[in-house]
Amino acid sequence: MIAAGLFPQTNKSKMVLISGGLYTPLYMKETEAKQKVNAFYMDVYPVTNAEFLEFVKVNPKWRRSNVKRIFADKSYLNNWKNDLELDENAKPNSPVTNVSWFAAKEYAEWVGKRLPTVAEWEYVISSEKNIQKISNWYSKLSPDKIPPVGSTEKNSFGVYDMYGLIWEWTYDFNTALVTGESRGDSDFERNMFCGNGASNAKDVNNYPAFMRYGYRSSLKANYSTHNLGFRCVKDFN
Amino acid sequence: MKINNRIKICLAFFSVLIVTAATLFSSGCEESFSSQVKGEEHAVLTSAPYVPSPIIRKHPTKVVVDLETKEVTRKLADGVEYTFWTFGGEVPGKFSRVRTGDLVEFHLHNSPTSKMPHNIDLHAVTGPGGGATSSFTAPGHSSTFSFKTMNPGLYVYHCATAPVGLHIANGMYGLILVEPEEGLPPVDREYYVMQSEFYTEGKYGDPGLQLFSQDKAIDENPSYVVFNGSVGSLTGDKSLQAKTGETVRFYIGNGGPNLISSFHVIGEIFDKVYGEGGIIANQNNVQTTIVPAGGSAIVEFKVDVPGTFILVDHSIFRAFNKGAIGMLKVTGKEDLVIYSGKQKEDVYLGSNEKNDDIFSGPIEFSSPEVNTTIVAKQESGSNDLLSLGKIVFTSTCVACHLANGEGIPNVFPPLAKSDYLNKDKNRAIQTVIKGLSGEVTVNGKKYNGVMPPQTLNEKQISAVLTYVYSQWGNSGKTVKEDEVRKVKGSKTIVQK
Repeated sequence: MIAAGLFPQTNKSKMVLISGGLYTPLYMKETEAKQKVNAFYMDVYPVTNAEFLEFVKVNPKWRRSNVKRIFADKSYLNNWKNDLELDENAKPNSPVTNVSWFAAKEYAEWVGKRLPTVAEWEYVISSEKNIQKISNWYSKLSPDKIPPVGSTEKNSFGVYDMYGLIWEWTYDFNTALVTGESRGDSDFERNMFCGNGASNAKDVNNYPAFMRYGYRSSLKANYSTHNLGFRCVKDFN
Repeated sequence: MKINNRIKICLAFFSVLIVTAATLFSSGCEESFSSQVKGEEHAVLTSAPYVPSPIIRKHPTKVVVDLETKEVTRKLADGVEYTFWTFGGEVPGKFSRVRTGDLVEFHLHNSPTSKMPHNIDLHAVTGPGGGATSSFTAPGHSSTFSFKTMNPGLYVYHCATAPVGLHIANGMYGLILVEPEEGLPPVDREYYVMQSEFYTEGKYGDPGLQLFSQDKAIDENPSYVVFNGSVGSLTGDKSLQAKTGETVRFYIGNGGPNLISSFHVIGEIFDKVYGEGGIIANQNNVQTTIVPAGGSAIVEFKVDVPGTFILVDHSIFRAFNKGAIGMLKVTGKEDLVIYSGKQKEDVYLGSNEKNDDIFSGPIEFSSPEVNTTIVAKQESGSNDLLSLGKIVFTSTCVACHLANGEGIPNVFPPLAKSDYLNKDKNRAIQTVIKGLSGEVTVNGKKYNGVMPPQTLNEKQISAVLTYVYSQWGNSGKTVKEDEVRKVKGSKTIVQK
């Protein structure tokens, strides 16, 4: 799966060490101890259009006109001019969006990394204590032209753009909760609808967390949307 | 052979019977309602305050509904903008009108420009989440699910994506009407009015793009309470319209997210209320009806007189300080028996009045316009100064000084045998022209009130003063027009 080609070591694929710690997932039971997150490296910035372009140059089956629908839906890279050319709405230094989970995962492996887990991702954003700030981004409309990476906040771990820019794929995005199609598991009715969702949440005031869980659960792995991108992580050994 | 004949006759008889029965039965079906789903149609959805036309078909059908969720920045109030999450691009969302027994095929489309996933919970749906579990849709995607409308009524629909309070608070609600099989009674006008609240970081009226305030939402302390998604959406040139004699029906929804509405139309009484959006008009003659959060009501009333009738939430500070005001402008013929408008104004002296005949004499409160009309009539007839003076006195002075010039003790000084009046003619003229306030002593008694300047012309002043001087033991002096003119033009003030 990993292409023979070298992956680019640009400035933008800089990583930072995230020290391990304990974190409280939104849907933790009262009786559970906090979850432990081991130390790992995280991309300082989301993956950019320029970086993804390098990837599709060397991996033709991930080009827009070649990709199989099972791996990416009709909107895949639809803001690019064509297979190998970016566009006005897809500037080189802006985060790549309109990519599916399959594509994101392939890219991560190509550069010798992987997608972050929900736990790792939420752990990093939890360093932002000002919930209202995050909430405010969700209150605003999605711009057609997404600004370049690094144009929003840097958090205390040294990571940029954890909110304020794009949604991001995680490795296990679809285990966080179910959409109500779970006819099984009724003892953890983690569905997000109306009372049920709220009564099980650890922190009912953390609306942004709700929104992220909500957003993730609306996705399927081959989906792509115009404000959904990703960043990579690497194990710390 | 006899038997064969009998069999033939029996067969003939029975077949006639069956055919007749069949004919009767089928013709009966065409007249009454069928329960067979026939055909397919594409739903007509309307923007508030309009509703689709009443349904005329007498059978259920398959209705295909296409509804898009879209996030837009629009006006919340003058100078104030908000990023609304909407069904169909507006708040409240589009109105849908179907019939009991219909099969609705619902297509929910989430605009690719959306930031958030959305879904829909229609209170008309019997099934998990009211459709929410089957319509959860990421931006740039669509979901389809179907349901049967089994219960007639007026139902709220709203987004139910976590966090639900936020999706509703941002404007994701609307109404769907499921007509009973026989339809609702016909009316002349139907309107769609939906109340809701908005919780903003800034105060009511703070300009610019306002962001959602979670604290205020949890405290149930909105900055805005509005009809149809913004302050002023139903006022001025966007007022609802009707003509006198028409029957008006409001389909009222309450999107909340938190408050209950006490819906009232000022100057009208609801002839019929279909409480909580059911299809039975379960109360008549209602002044104010409750609309629950996430619920509805239907009201009907006949408009009898013209005017502007204000829609409010009678939790009244919401109307005057948060925007919960709408207007229904009714045009047409007046009916002064039902409502006369102001007929009369009077002076009222309250508890200072000691005697009974404060309203003695024929008092019609006069305005100077009325005055001149009477005077003009008189002048055309005769130049009798005293007659004119009496007319002016009766219409202008009697209210305070009373018919026989006796005044009111401690309040208004007498004119009868008044030392103050008789002592100084010019001062009397000045008093009528300029008024008088502050302390005066008349006939040994102190008065400290206000006499306003009188809007009388020179002829009237000379007439009324001449009349007063001629009555009740006064000095009998005459007051000429040029004497009045002289005092009018004079710069010196005659001392009190």
